[in-house]
Amino acid sequence: MIILVASLILFLVGLYAIITKRNMIKIAVGFSLMEYSVNFLFAIVGFRPGAVPPILQAVEVGKVYSDPLPQALVLTAIVIGLGVTAFMLSLILRIYNRIGSFDLEEIQRLKG
Amino acid sequence: METFPVLLIAIPLGGAFLVPILYKAWRRLAEIVAGLCLATVLALSIYLAFFLVPGKPLVYLFGNWPVPLGIAFAVDKLSSLMLLIVSILAFFSYLFAIRYMDQFTGAGKFYTLYLLMLVGMNGVVMTGDLFNMFVFMEIAGLAAYALVAFGTKPKELEAGFKYMVMGEIASLMILLAIALIYAATSTLNLADLSRAFATMDKTPGFYFVVILLMFGFSLKAGLVPFHFWLPDAYPSAPAPVTAVLSGVFTKALGVYAMARILFNVYGFSRASSPEVFNALLILGLVSIVVGGLLALPQKDYKRLLAYSSISQIGYIVLALGIGNEFALIGAFAHILSHSLGKGLLFLTSGSVVYRVGERDITKFTGGLGKQMPWTSLSYNLGALSVAGMPPFLGFFSKLFIILGAVKAGFIVPAVVAGLFAVVTLGYLLKITNKVFWGKEGIKGIKESPFVMVFAMVCLVVLLVAGGAFFFWLKPHLLQPAADVLLKGTEYADIVFRIGTGG
Repeated sequence: MIILVASLILFLVGLYAIITKRNMIKIAVGFSLMEYSVNFLFAIVGFRPGAVPPILQAVEVGKVYSDPLPQALVLTAIVIGLGVTAFMLSLILRIYNRIGSFDLEEIQRLKG
Repeated sequence: METFPVLLIAIPLGGAFLVPILYKAWRRLAEIVAGLCLATVLALSIYLAFFLVPGKPLVYLFGNWPVPLGIAFAVDKLSSLMLLIVSILAFFSYLFAIRYMDQFTGAGKFYTLYLLMLVGMNGVVMTGDLFNMFVFMEIAGLAAYALVAFGTKPKELEAGFKYMVMGEIASLMILLAIALIYAATSTLNLADLSRAFATMDKTPGFYFVVILLMFGFSLKAGLVPFHFWLPDAYPSAPAPVTAVLSGVFTKALGVYAMARILFNVYGFSRASSPEVFNALLILGLVSIVVGGLLALPQKDYKRLLAYSSISQIGYIVLALGIGNEFALIGAFAHILSHSLGKGLLFLTSGSVVYRVGERDITKFTGGLGKQMPWTSLSYNLGALSVAGMPPFLGFFSKLFIILGAVKAGFIVPAVVAGLFAVVTLGYLLKITNKVFWGKEGIKGIKESPFVMVFAMVCLVVLLVAGGAFFFWLKPHLLQPAADVLLKGTEYADIVFRIGTGG
């Protein structure tokens, strides 16, 4: 429960950065925070108290295995996050080269 | 026919990465290959849409894992209707783009992104797995952000950035919802989820996830409280891309995904959970009213059409919110008629920009109809269909939505929907009046090249044919698609039966 609340707080911190910050780099950081919070949540979902790794060697009755699927999901989500961050940073760089500012309000003013 | 779902992904995906290599060698070859990919996808979708038997969806199991274990594609009549709409518009916008993209450098990259966007949309409408749906949504989304910023002028880059911020917030909301759903149910298969939700208590946490999902999909669809990205993004993208974004992108990623999850996975129906349906009804109504009123004073050709798109998407969501048979048939008819009609209108905007180079309608002196007769004809007929005038397809779609509203006893939404059809005609005729009608035109303007005109005229023909054969289309395409939603969680039983080899 504490971990769930912690990851939701991290999610909201990221959302706060995206909504309130004018600097585009800080917005990109906010997105990374939000992605990490969800990845974090996914990673802990597979946890079972007192579980063993999900490798079946012999039939062991009464053993609890941890869930292996969230790790695959997290890997996919990380790769998608990488793509999103890379594209966002390249877009920001392109805007910076054109306008010479990272400030969203400055951009709106220069655009006219 | 069993391998069609994979081919619908594999062909455009392979083409997407083949095209930029061929483009370096010979430009026309790259265009032909991209066109062949799109034509094949169109042919497969037409076959699926007409020959798929209702109640017997195609279930493709990746790696032959039986249903709740692996990723499965489940193509039923609803998916196949969406596939048909997506591929028709994608194909004709491509025809238009061949000449339109002459103005841009790096057209090879344009086709790559365009095909990737098609892969994403096809994937979203076919997949039977929630996380897989998210992955395809991101593929389509990233391609769309890049296409909005394709012109790389400061304005376009800024619109692309804005679109990306809003789109990614939506995606992360959906991803958070998926993580919470997985934590609660330990499954991601839509059919399996549907069974898990059936026995779940309706706790506040349950509704929190529903709200997260609805928030995410409404942002993707551009419904009114979440529409800020849309009027900037649409005018910035090249015209063929805007046609696809407005025509099918928001519907596949927003409306389709929302309908599939609310109706088939959660199993909500008007009778069992009126609160969810009232939320949809209000979202739809607010979108119709605000989108329509904001469209009236616009001076930019494409921006006006963008606000009009918000209003028209509102009709579809309103119909989902009403949730009876008439309204759902109307919703799918409206998805079809609006994607063809609004796609057509955005293509005419591209045609005008291609020849005149101006989008501000106050700078036009009228009379363009004399010099660009085909563009003018396409615009006017398309506008009549979008506004809902008989005998076009748009008339029947709005008629069915309003009939559904009256039948369910929602008199005020029915009156508003009828009234805003007139408002729609008002703001669309504003462009006709300022740009196409009148005696004195701008000197030295010719009609657009043949392929551009051909793409527009084909869409007009489809709109007229759709209106003429509406009562043939209804039992073959629209009614089965509406039935899929009306039957709710029966979807899970069917997918399980076919997906486990039974």
